[in-house]
Amino acid sequence: MRPSAFGVALWASACVALSFLLLPIVAIFSELTLGELRAGLTSEVARDALRVTLETNLVAMALIVLFGTPTAYLLASREFRGRTLLVTLVELPLVLPPAVAGIGLLAAFGRLGLLGGTMESLGLDIAFTKTAVVLAVTFVASPFYVRTAIAAFEGVDRDLVAASRTLGAGPARTFFRVALPLAGGGLGAGAALAFARGLGEFGATIMFAGSLQGVTQTLSLAIYQEFDVDFDTALAIGALLVVGSALVLFAAKVIPAWRRSTSTSTTLFAPSASR
Amino acid sequence: METLHVDLDHALRSFRLSLALDVAAETVALVGPSGAGKTSVLRAIAGLLRPERGRIALEDETWLDTASRVDLPPERRRVGLVFQEYALFPHLSVRANVAFGGRDRVDELLERFGIAALADARPGAISGGERQRVALARALARDPGVLLLDEPLSALDAHTRRRVRGELREVLGELGLPTLMVTHDFEDATSLADRVGVLVDGRLLQVGSPSELVASPADAFVAGFTGANLLRGVASASSNGLTEVALDAGFTAYSADEARGRVALAVYPWEISVAREAPDDSAVNHLRAPIASIVTLGNRARVRIGPVTAEVTTQSAERLGLREGEVVVASFKATGARLLSVE
Repeated sequence: MRPSAFGVALWASACVALSFLLLPIVAIFSELTLGELRAGLTSEVARDALRVTLETNLVAMALIVLFGTPTAYLLASREFRGRTLLVTLVELPLVLPPAVAGIGLLAAFGRLGLLGGTMESLGLDIAFTKTAVVLAVTFVASPFYVRTAIAAFEGVDRDLVAASRTLGAGPARTFFRVALPLAGGGLGAGAALAFARGLGEFGATIMFAGSLQGVTQTLSLAIYQEFDVDFDTALAIGALLVVGSALVLFAAKVIPAWRRSTSTSTTLFAPSASR
Repeated sequence: METLHVDLDHALRSFRLSLALDVAAETVALVGPSGAGKTSVLRAIAGLLRPERGRIALEDETWLDTASRVDLPPERRRVGLVFQEYALFPHLSVRANVAFGGRDRVDELLERFGIAALADARPGAISGGERQRVALARALARDPGVLLLDEPLSALDAHTRRRVRGELREVLGELGLPTLMVTHDFEDATSLADRVGVLVDGRLLQVGSPSELVASPADAFVAGFTGANLLRGVASASSNGLTEVALDAGFTAYSADEARGRVALAVYPWEISVAREAPDDSAVNHLRAPIASIVTLGNRARVRIGPVTAEVTTQSAERLGLREGEVVVASFKATGARLLSVE
């Protein structure tokens, strides 16, 4: 069969788009020899940055999951006035420029900020500390989790929640035994997305936490600092982030499918439409 | 034995749900068209829907009383609710599903419902009939005081349905619990329920035993639901002392009932006889028309003649040599033709 002009146009556009998206990634790896990669990754800058990134992101993820999960369940399962407004507020950091997030965090928690006086009297000064990195990451990454979690909870068949209640389980037991396990796949995907976003956090962190090696300098910040000092180290860290982010994104896609295949069943019981 | 008292008043989308019903140790079927509010009644009893006004009590245990602001959450009402599509937890095994309601009698229930062999299976891996039994076992594991069944057989195919209906009748008989069942199938209602309540647009049109409903349907909906032929037409007085009905289908029929104006004439298929020529007997109504279809169900044949369906024995159908397309006469007595008002 002769391909139609439209089909050719689709493929041509897709080739342009994919080439453009892949070129920088290919470039990172092709500019590096294996030796340079090893040297770059074992440099002190890179090792410190990796440690800071993991420490701050793990704490941030814990905070996001701990507070984000109940928030998402509340927003997904209750009908109340202003619900849409609240969901919009939760999602706001998604579209907020990182520079705005950074200046906002400074204005709130900085020494001269809204809560500055209170924090100072408590002997807390968090700007330009590891805590600041955690807050910046939490602020920009949490919407990725909460948004996905709301959709996951909304996807749980309401009849299953109702069944749990009529079987004698109160709201808390229903949450832990029915809603949470059934939304688990979606929650995992959301956590992976938020983690991927947090790993690459740059703008808000550099404004609110600075770029102190070994304290607040994350991998992204280390690339920025190294690129006019030692381009190869910057490239090596870049390569590490590409691989890490790709793995996390892949996990985000695979977790829900894997959960579905092991825990759920036929269409009759598949949690309704939104899945 | 405890009695369930239900008194509800609640605005649904296009009408008000308003009914009062007592269910003793018996099975009551709520029947009616889709969207008549049947499921809302079950949900209100279970505590999943809060009616604007009402009182729900199991004997002297009040679950809901809007006047005195009593409203127990679902987990504190002793109900066993079997959902239409069973709502089994897909992430739990059959055993864990049953144990969710209560741990004390799990083995006994698995045994009793013949699902012990499936105890470790997930709901997605078992058949529709088995799911129904798991759902019932799970509802009973809580040791409920009331059993609520939402379309318990509708998710099953015709073959399984007949078998499960038999099983269900047996179980309901043994339990002796006040049971309220929702269905849109009159056959399910007659085979499972002691009493049938017809719910249309949120109101109970008629409550009675299945045979009472057939003997004197309150209106055209009940008659149609119980299986009668419904023929619409205009009623007027006739010189023979009967009511003459000019049917919309083009025939004229007579009824012993009094009525004037727009009516629905209801006649049950088993009250219609079929012959080649109009018989010289007590029947006054004779409709002459070709046979549109013949459907055989076991020892009965349903013969579609013009606007009516007649039910005769397969034996009679064979003796008369009935064939589709042949012109025959469908006869029924004026006393078998009930006139019902139509909206």
